[in-house]
Amino acid sequence: MCMRFLLLFSRQGKLRLQKWFTPISEREKKKIIRDMTSMVLARQPRSCNFLHWKDLKIIYKRYASLYFCLAIENQENELLALEVIHRYVELLDKYFGNVCELDIIFNFEKAYFILDEFLMGGEIQETSKQMVNRSIEASDMLQETMEEYMSKPAF
Amino acid sequence: LSCCWLIHRHSDKPAKMPAVSKGDGMRGLAVFISDIRNCKSKEAEIKRINKELANIRSKFKGDKALDGYSKKKYVCKLLFIFLLGHDIDFGHMEAVNLLSSNKYTEKQIGYLFISVLVNSNSELIRLINNAIKNDLSSRNPTFMCLALHCIANVGSREMAEAFASEIPRILVAGDTMDSVKQSAALCLLRLYKTSPDLVLMGEWTSRVVHLLNDQHMGVVTAAISLITCLSQKNPDEFKTCVSLAVSRLSRIVSSASTDLQDYTYYFVPAPWLSCKLLRLLQCYPPPEDGAVKGRLVECLETILNKAQEPPKSKKVQHSNAKNAILFEAISLIIHYDSEPNLLVRACNQLGQFLQHRETNLRYLALESMCTLASSEFSHEAVKTHIETVINALKTERDVSVRQRAADLLYAMCDRSNAKQIVAEMLSYLETADYSIREEMVLKVAILAEKYAVDYSWYVDTILNLIRIAGDYVSEEVWYRVIQIVINRDDVQGYAAKTVFEALQAPACHENMVKVGGYILGEFGNLIAGDPRSSPLVQFNLLHSKFHLCSVPTRALLLSAYIKFINLFPETKATIQEVLRCDSQIRNSDVELQQRAVEYLKLSSIASTDVLATVLEEMPPFPERESSILAKLKKKKGPGAVSVTELEDSKREGGELNGGGDRGPDTASTPSPSADLLGIRSAAPVGAAPASAGSLLVDVFSEAGDISSLTNPLIPLPCRFVCKNNGVLFENQLLQIGIKSEYRQNLGRMYLFYGNKTSVQFASFTTTVSCPGELQSHILSMHLLEPLVEGGAQIQQVLNIECLTDFSDAPLLNIKFRYGGALQNLTLKLPVTINKFFQPTEMTSSDFFQRWKQLSQPQQEAQKIFKANHSMDTEVLKAKLLGLGTALLDNVDPNPENYVCAGVIQTKGQQVGCLLRLEPNAQAQMYRLTLRCSKDSVSRRLCELLAEQF
Repeated sequence: MCMRFLLLFSRQGKLRLQKWFTPISEREKKKIIRDMTSMVLARQPRSCNFLHWKDLKIIYKRYASLYFCLAIENQENELLALEVIHRYVELLDKYFGNVCELDIIFNFEKAYFILDEFLMGGEIQETSKQMVNRSIEASDMLQETMEEYMSKPAF
Repeated sequence: LSCCWLIHRHSDKPAKMPAVSKGDGMRGLAVFISDIRNCKSKEAEIKRINKELANIRSKFKGDKALDGYSKKKYVCKLLFIFLLGHDIDFGHMEAVNLLSSNKYTEKQIGYLFISVLVNSNSELIRLINNAIKNDLSSRNPTFMCLALHCIANVGSREMAEAFASEIPRILVAGDTMDSVKQSAALCLLRLYKTSPDLVLMGEWTSRVVHLLNDQHMGVVTAAISLITCLSQKNPDEFKTCVSLAVSRLSRIVSSASTDLQDYTYYFVPAPWLSCKLLRLLQCYPPPEDGAVKGRLVECLETILNKAQEPPKSKKVQHSNAKNAILFEAISLIIHYDSEPNLLVRACNQLGQFLQHRETNLRYLALESMCTLASSEFSHEAVKTHIETVINALKTERDVSVRQRAADLLYAMCDRSNAKQIVAEMLSYLETADYSIREEMVLKVAILAEKYAVDYSWYVDTILNLIRIAGDYVSEEVWYRVIQIVINRDDVQGYAAKTVFEALQAPACHENMVKVGGYILGEFGNLIAGDPRSSPLVQFNLLHSKFHLCSVPTRALLLSAYIKFINLFPETKATIQEVLRCDSQIRNSDVELQQRAVEYLKLSSIASTDVLATVLEEMPPFPERESSILAKLKKKKGPGAVSVTELEDSKREGGELNGGGDRGPDTASTPSPSADLLGIRSAAPVGAAPASAGSLLVDVFSEAGDISSLTNPLIPLPCRFVCKNNGVLFENQLLQIGIKSEYRQNLGRMYLFYGNKTSVQFASFTTTVSCPGELQSHILSMHLLEPLVEGGAQIQQVLNIECLTDFSDAPLLNIKFRYGGALQNLTLKLPVTINKFFQPTEMTSSDFFQRWKQLSQPQQEAQKIFKANHSMDTEVLKAKLLGLGTALLDNVDPNPENYVCAGVIQTKGQQVGCLLRLEPNAQAQMYRLTLRCSKDSVSRRLCELLAEQF
């Protein structure tokens, strides 16, 4: 499943997460983000979830206020990509418990960590929800033993 | 709104408060994020950020050593600021320091920062590499995974140099934890893609392939991505993966939905892994081993059967996962292109989806059918859905679905349905979305040209095109109609009459005026006999549009006027009057003024003879590639072009070789469209600049993706013995399609080179050589443009003359540079002796009389062999016809047998050949006998054919 990038943005076009699986310059990233948000946000409701863009396929899906937009290489499987998005949403949901956009805003680093357990280098690393959650929980365990952190000042 | 749950639940519990911070809770960070969110304006946000940056900078510079937690918090804030879209020019060092912390959370944030922000700043990379090295050797699986992720995320050359030899070891080591294996496999894949020369699998190959057997499904899922990529590059070294993949697939496909526990996704067992297995198999031809192939066909049938079963869940995730596997299976079936049953079943399944209530499925079915339309086995089956597709074009709400419907109509078009499809596309154009009009116009123009049997229909179609969508008719389209009218004298009168009528519309498009001006200027005389279109009427009609037109059109009209003076001396006075008036002769536009002055002078001083010579009818245009086809290629993305192009060629192959309607003489007469259709012509096409794809050039650098090929000789796919058209070669960069025609002892081969990447190929050169005795061919190559732009396709023509019979094939060598690496490959060209066959019809008695005449033992060659392909009558007939001989009915006393006759034409001699093929369905065997007037031909044909059945 060769993926090139994953973007999460709100209905207002605010970027919430960006993950690039191949090296791209910052300038190009900004251009792609602009293209994606304008293209996806312009789509009518109940349209199909796939678009052709340059030599890539863009798979997008809206979950409540957030759009998930995944670019895959041309020969890749669109339906499976749609389920990659859904599985990621499920993983976020499982971790945060009824995940919402604010969770992702305030815990963006966690959203990245969860994504890293699921995908790597644009390929799927682990499809089992249990497995991914187990590693995320394991790393949270490592964190929560650091009680000292809680007593630190805010600034 | 941003606290709406992403996943909708039927519950009346109120939306929860978001977990403002989970886990370790960096309160400072949460406060900062809240502040930013509360900013009322962009300015306020920037102000708040600058304040924060100043604060962090002072902390980092301060005398007091920061503790790990603070460092982590500030690095995380910097990351947040960066992700908001602001530049960050410090903090990298602090992030690198975090890498060597022994606290997991600090390390994790450090790695995240590096992954997001570091490109190849070499100073830092060395420090980062040190930290990674420590973590990789720590034997702590969580640390190892973090390090591997970082390598995959950054994926720079320096990292590949440092770790490419270490990671395979981690991947195959017996004591590596499963999760580390998964990361190692994908990390290695990433490095292989950026620096293939540094990743040497050699000794690890077989152990990596055997990861397909791993007990842990996650390991298999990760490893198979690596194996697929490596197989694409080194198919031979990895070919043992085929049987392993088939058995793994078979186990998944036959398992109950609960067997695979958490790898079952909404009742579908391991959808991701299944698709990846099917994708891996697409790197290879159908398995040679009968048992493996049987098992695979069984899997594919099971997948097709499951599509008919009632769903196990109403959730869309269930049907998506199930159909993802189905579409991947269909891709594999199309890739094999050898199982007529499966192809037709696939087509029927897609036919059902065409009417599905889910837009996604309709879209995918249309898209997938486009490739099916190119298979000779399923082309007809696809055509049966024409009404549904037309309906989709008319009624789909979503423009991208309509676009796919238009693509499919284009792909399924052939001579039998061209009129209907062109008519539908034309009527769709009247309401089509602006975004796709230009492409639609090109497609209509191409189809009309390609399938025109009657040129008046062609002219009507193009004029309709201009009438309906004049603004979108590019120059290429109207140039082309003029080229064709000039080259075909049977349509000139009709064209003149039709443009004359079209120009009478009160408002007509400027493109119509251009075509009208040009055609009446050339052929107005053909309709001048009718008083309703007398020379003066024609002139007045054209001139009534003059003032509404742009400068280039006016210039064209002035040339039409001077042509009128030659065609119709009676219009001379009127036209000179027009030329002489101030608005022409003193026109502020230099070009118009010059034309007016020169034409006026020419008409007044030149004698009629001189005029007639100067203003003679245009000579026929040299045939070259249809300019509109070149335009379409330029317009579309890489995949789409080569696919449609080759679809066409493949389909024609189907008609010529597979269809039952092929008369004995069609092989020697070029099809009627040959001279009309530019793509058969000889001039090379300039590579078009890839305007659409160019952005991606540096964006998704695939530079290291492809290792330099060490010039392996690519053998000839045996299907080309009985086929003249198709895809000869394809890898990730390049697709080579061929189309060939043979007539007597001459052949012409069109090679289409498609650049599948978005990057330009530099120094693209091709050479053809005839090794050894093969001087029997005279080959002349037309030179190519040296660049193959990203996404572009260029063609090359090869002329072949057969001097005497031969057995070896000529070699085509291709060299070019892609992303700096020299690519070098050599292919055998599918030129075999049977291409020079002329079919010979004969009666049963003639046949056996000649058979007896050729009774010397060396004149006969015989082989008994096991059937390798389907023994289906239609398939066999198609192959025998494709061979080029006449397939004789009612000759052999046994109706199960096939007999064929033909003459091979070489420059020096003709070789008569008789063929008899006796199938034994029970034993799955054949006996093949050839008798030819030249013994070397018998032997060669026998060798060639024994591989075909």
